[in-house]
Amino acid sequence: MSATSSVLPLPATGRVPLTLRFFAALDRKAWIALGIFLALALIVVPVLNLMVPPDSVFHVSAYAITLIGKIMCYALVAVAMDLIWGYGGILSLGHGLFFALGGYAFGMYLMRQIGRDGSYQSDLPDFMVFLDWKELPWFWLGSDSFGWAAFLVMAVPAVVAFVFGYFAFRSRIKGVYFSIITQALTYAAMLLFFRNETGFGGNNGFTDFKRVLDVPITAPETRLMLFALTAIALAATLVFSAWLVKSKFGRVLTAIRDAESRVMFIGYNPLWYKLTIWVISAVLCGIAGALYVPQVGIINPSEMSPANSIEIAIWVAVGGRGTLIGPVIGAFAVNLAKSWFTVSFPEYWLFFLGLLFIVVTLLLPQGLVGLWKKIISKKQGAQA
Amino acid sequence: MKKTLLTFLLCASTLSALAAPDPTLVRQLAADDNTDKIEAIQKLALTADPEAARILQAMADESLFLAGEQVFLFDGELARDAISGAEAEMPEDAESVTVNNRLRGELANALAALRLFDSDREVRLKAAGELQTNVSSGMAEILARARDQEQDAAIKPLLVLAHAQATLGDTDPAVRLAAVNALAAAASPAVRGLLLPLTDPSIEADAMVRDAAVQAMKSIERTLAWGDTLAGIFSGLSLGSILLLAALGLAITYGVMGIINMAHGELLMVGAYTAYVMQSLFRSYLPEWIDWYLPAAIPVAFFTAAAVGVLMERTVIRWLYGRTLETLLATWGLSLVLIQSARVIFGAQNVEVSNPSWMSGGVELLPNLILPWNRVIIIGFALFVLFLVWVLMNKTRLGMFVRAVTQNRPMAGCVGVPTSRIDTMAFALGAGIAGLGGVALSQISNVGPDMGQGYIVDSFMVVVVGGVGQLAGAVWAALGLGIFSKLLEGWAGAVIAKIAILVAIIIFIQKRPQGIFALKGRFADQ
Amino acid sequence: MNAQTIRLDQPDGGDSATQLGHVVTGELDLSHGVALYLEDITVSFDGFKALNNLTLAINAGELRCIIGPNGAGKTTMMDVITGKTRPDSGKAFFGQTIDLTRLTEPEIAHVGIGRKFQKPTIFEQHTVFENLELAMKTDKRVWKSLMAWLTGDDRDRIADTLRTIRLDHEADRPAGLLSHGQKQWLEIGMLLMQEPKLLLLDEPVAGMTDDETMRTAELFVSLAGKHSLVVVEHDMAFVEKLGGLVTVLHEGSVLAEGDLATVQNDQRVIEVYLGR
Repeated sequence: MSATSSVLPLPATGRVPLTLRFFAALDRKAWIALGIFLALALIVVPVLNLMVPPDSVFHVSAYAITLIGKIMCYALVAVAMDLIWGYGGILSLGHGLFFALGGYAFGMYLMRQIGRDGSYQSDLPDFMVFLDWKELPWFWLGSDSFGWAAFLVMAVPAVVAFVFGYFAFRSRIKGVYFSIITQALTYAAMLLFFRNETGFGGNNGFTDFKRVLDVPITAPETRLMLFALTAIALAATLVFSAWLVKSKFGRVLTAIRDAESRVMFIGYNPLWYKLTIWVISAVLCGIAGALYVPQVGIINPSEMSPANSIEIAIWVAVGGRGTLIGPVIGAFAVNLAKSWFTVSFPEYWLFFLGLLFIVVTLLLPQGLVGLWKKIISKKQGAQA
Repeated sequence: MKKTLLTFLLCASTLSALAAPDPTLVRQLAADDNTDKIEAIQKLALTADPEAARILQAMADESLFLAGEQVFLFDGELARDAISGAEAEMPEDAESVTVNNRLRGELANALAALRLFDSDREVRLKAAGELQTNVSSGMAEILARARDQEQDAAIKPLLVLAHAQATLGDTDPAVRLAAVNALAAAASPAVRGLLLPLTDPSIEADAMVRDAAVQAMKSIERTLAWGDTLAGIFSGLSLGSILLLAALGLAITYGVMGIINMAHGELLMVGAYTAYVMQSLFRSYLPEWIDWYLPAAIPVAFFTAAAVGVLMERTVIRWLYGRTLETLLATWGLSLVLIQSARVIFGAQNVEVSNPSWMSGGVELLPNLILPWNRVIIIGFALFVLFLVWVLMNKTRLGMFVRAVTQNRPMAGCVGVPTSRIDTMAFALGAGIAGLGGVALSQISNVGPDMGQGYIVDSFMVVVVGGVGQLAGAVWAALGLGIFSKLLEGWAGAVIAKIAILVAIIIFIQKRPQGIFALKGRFADQ
Repeated sequence: MNAQTIRLDQPDGGDSATQLGHVVTGELDLSHGVALYLEDITVSFDGFKALNNLTLAINAGELRCIIGPNGAGKTTMMDVITGKTRPDSGKAFFGQTIDLTRLTEPEIAHVGIGRKFQKPTIFEQHTVFENLELAMKTDKRVWKSLMAWLTGDDRDRIADTLRTIRLDHEADRPAGLLSHGQKQWLEIGMLLMQEPKLLLLDEPVAGMTDDETMRTAELFVSLAGKHSLVVVEHDMAFVEKLGGLVTVLHEGSVLAEGDLATVQNDQRVIEVYLGR
């Protein structure tokens, strides 16, 4: 998706409508690929799941749909991570936090949707009854409204990212310093959410969801709906990101990555550029988290553990950073490997993951996409 | 303790067959009502009769049985009549005399009280020490007798306190007043708890006693407050010394060489497991030298961790010099491999590493301030390692080379410093120090595959706050963070304290982005 | 130039939110003919005084050369002017009204000071064209960059500059592939795109061939008048070719000032360069 030619001949002068610019963000091949992806996710998979009998080879199981749906959420996070790391040169080791915040924000709504069907038949979520709370804490206000939940999914990560990012970027915290501090941030948040008194279910987090928008959450149709929504969100994120990195904003961003002081001396304030991409990235993670929770059926503080966040970085690195398709490929490759390993050879998974970190950084700095490009250019070189 | 008691009992039973214990009291031990049982225990204790001691000990061991009206001592093989001591046949339907926690306490006190009359000073001292809590009023008489008879200056004050506790509930206000005044001298949380009811007018009618109790509480609380603060500072120092050991290695690898090593915590783990392996080896092959496994583990851990460090540097890190973010990811991968290796080799569970006997116990400075030897020794050890590192970095050729390479690599290379060898050696040094930290950690916390993970965030914080390239900064930051977080913990709880520290660090970096000891100048931000 | 000026004296220079990232709406007031005025600037690093009561005035349209041995404070002076280093004491004014010590680097760029570094710093991953596009004088806030679209005029301006710096055939090459001299030229081109009033040039001809050096000198001379230029250089042939006044820095303050011939015959200057 990094080709420079555009589908439509765009006027060289004057203002161009935003819709056209979005259209120009991807080339023809990329649009076709995206169309095929959406057709698969929105039509083929649902048909194969609902219409084809379970004993057929073409049947797509509920397990597969949940797994792919989950990985698409991860892919969305990986794209968000790539925007900040691949294009902005800022390695965040705390993106799991934004993902979890989005998940928790939507999880609150799902907890309220349980209604009186919990173990204690109370209006309050079970864990609050367990803690002997008599009423909802103030920050749960409005959590029974889908709209408010959807707003919080984006607003909470955005506010946290903005406040943290403003102070961090303003004091010009860079490179490894920034990475370490984001790691500390997500670690602190994890400790906070582990406490029962924080009001988000402590260790256990949120689970045992029953409904979303008053429909049973485990129904096959709901599952397919969530799957489709995730696919659309991923596709939309890719188009949006392609436009973003191709705009002048994207060029300033990569310029900051390569020579920040030069950018400052020609009059751009890197603070606001970094902050913008940082907040956008956090919001995308929040959306991914909100899509993830109803599909997987649980959110707990371990999503904020530093190890989880650093794993996001390896998805991006495996796929190839600085490209938009790379993170998607990386998220799929690593997570499919993970679900295979944890079933077949659980004790070797950490060895594999650890070696992946080492091998990719040492031998594949441009990831799988870089490797592919190298092979292609070699072939062309051989032909020429 | 059991042994001395047993010999004491044996001697007593062979030497003297004084008056046999009162049969009604012995029968009362097996009464239905606990209050009756306690009365019997205390009265038996008062007799100071070795035979009584034997019966009470049997009761505490739950080997006292009742069949009809007859009470038996039964040790699993042989039954005796409790009163005569003669061997007897115990009926099948004999039931064990039940002992609950309250009775157990009374029995322990009664047995201790009996030992107050032992001829061995050590036995008496120990017994008096045991009689400092939960002394009931029924013990007052025997404690008074023991107190009046006691000549030893170390034991007598303890008996005064014990007696005062026993007489706090006396009906005579004058006796109570004397007891309060005697207790005022002892500043322990337990005494404070005892005095508290006496300040309440609904419980204590006598105004004189109340006033005395209030005064005594105040003086006790003053002493305790000191103890609490000092204890907070001490545990802060202790945490700081651990952080220092973890951060010193980082101060070299990250601070001086600029290598971010996420596997640093796992090098601590390597050191801790080395201590475990040394302990196992000593247990198997040199059991009589077991107390020396720890000193032996120190050099072994240093070289093991250093060897792992060399391996890491040669295979991975050296290819990534100057690419810090990539180094971060690759070393994270190394840490995963090391953790999983530890799981495969030693199992996923924590392993047990015990303190050598010379490190267990502690020194009591105040009633609520006990400094455990293991922590005191670790603080000393951290200072020792710090001194070694300082000498190594500032007074040796290696240190000079390391500093030269850090400041100007090409120039150092030009004047003949073997830069690549120096990199390896400096990294090995940092890793070895982490190994030493691991040995220290094994003495105060769990040793398991994940143990290193908990320290990595904290020790990076130390380096960040201390400033890059500075040993002094790391020292101050480690001690400061340790003390600050322990004091905060006492005040706000562990989680809030941790979060507050992180927020404080972020704010601190706003003001001093380069750490406490900032490097300034044209090249500061390069 | 408009003598009426807009206030820049916010209560707290770097911190006020209105300044961060937004254009500073100060206007340059050159009514008294002074473009840059430094007075008693002192900067010390751990006790070492990099600048010691430095006082210096550059007139509007002037071309000034700064020379001095290593460690004389030349680069630190540029750091102070561009906001990279804050002086411990002293004043730094751009024109009559703009207090440079209160502005951030991007704000200083905005009021019209451009800087070329000693080591050419360009965006190596971007093409030559994109380098110039990024440097172009325009609204540089985030939202504008998101919505930015090059107009025909913009393209013409970039093309003009490309011709000036003789890189018009390299427009689509990644800048990282240029030769050292070409990188120097590109950085000068980026400076021109900014349309600054004052150009600070730190060793602009290092690594250039003699031919390139002479062309650079011609370019600078042609710029003088419209712009004020401060050139730090060791190459005396180049300084001679530029012609203007020469200031000699030594140990953080001005040692001598005058035309090149006067300065070269100054006993103290000779001592500094040769003696000790």
